[in-house]
Amino acid sequence: MPRTAPPWETTRELLIKAEDTTDPAYGHKPSERPAAEYIRYGVINLDKTAGPTSHEVAAWTKKIMHLTRIGHGGTLEA
Amino acid sequence: MLPVTLEDSTKIVQALLHSGKEYICVMKLHGDAEEEHVRKVLGEFEDLIYQRPPLRSSVKRQLRTRRVYYIDFIEKDGRNVLFKVGCEGGTYIRKLCYDIGEILGCGAHMQELRRTRAGPFVENSNDRVRLHDVAYWFAEWEEKKDEKILRKIIQPMEAALALIPKIVIRDSAVDALCHGANLTAPGILAAETGITKDAMTAVLTLKGEALALAKALVSTEEILDLNHGTVATLQRVVMPRGTYPKVWKSGNAK
Repeated sequence: MPRTAPPWETTRELLIKAEDTTDPAYGHKPSERPAAEYIRYGVINLDKTAGPTSHEVAAWTKKIMHLTRIGHGGTLEA
Repeated sequence: MLPVTLEDSTKIVQALLHSGKEYICVMKLHGDAEEEHVRKVLGEFEDLIYQRPPLRSSVKRQLRTRRVYYIDFIEKDGRNVLFKVGCEGGTYIRKLCYDIGEILGCGAHMQELRRTRAGPFVENSNDRVRLHDVAYWFAEWEEKKDEKILRKIIQPMEAALALIPKIVIRDSAVDALCHGANLTAPGILAAETGITKDAMTAVLTLKGEALALAKALVSTEEILDLNHGTVATLQRVVMPRGTYPKVWKSGNAK
């Protein structure tokens, strides 16, 4: 079977339709968000060990970081 | 490999489900088979396959198709077969091993599984952290309040959207979208190639902030060509209202 390219092998180009400027008074570049916002809109690339479930690991992270909400990118499809 | 979304970034978690996964798997054969035969059968599963979710699953147990992008044979040692598999999210590797065993004739089961990729997040990247790293660095941050520490363990949520095609909009269009308005042509500044009808897209500001996930109604070419009309419908808004100012005039920026 011919191999289909997975999403991470798809290259994309950003095509410009129009130009405009952005007001520095509003919003932030993601990497420049102040701490509280950086956490609020943050994601952790967690190297989960086998053993604890995704739910347990997410719950621990939520506790360690005193968060009110947490999610994860899918339980291991076993 | 488990991407963990913090607080409001949890709103975009569905983008990860659409971005594909990669695993390394040990499959145990229930009989002897020639390596050549095993390689051949693995190759046959590099396709759109049928699966019904197992008994122990949280989804509806109906027959569905899933795409296996690739299966790379790594090694065979007696009845143990090691391979790498790249697949669509929601593909059950346990069932895949069972079905491979059926086609081989001897039967097989999944012995061990490790996820090496979840969408854009890979095992061997520098930003990968373990739970005790999170605990350690978060404690350091609480003590020293140095923001650089946070960046050791946390990535901006936009990292989770790396594989989703982007649409960039004007500042003047932002707040309307945050209030639930669909995306119309005049607000658009740029769009990535490869957007098709019904595709999930990520709507960004010029600063690169993710505003929302939206479902495209038309392709990239049409998004760039059209001068009016709805181009995408909102699926999930992540930016709070009022981040950018309300603009009452329709369309034109300065």
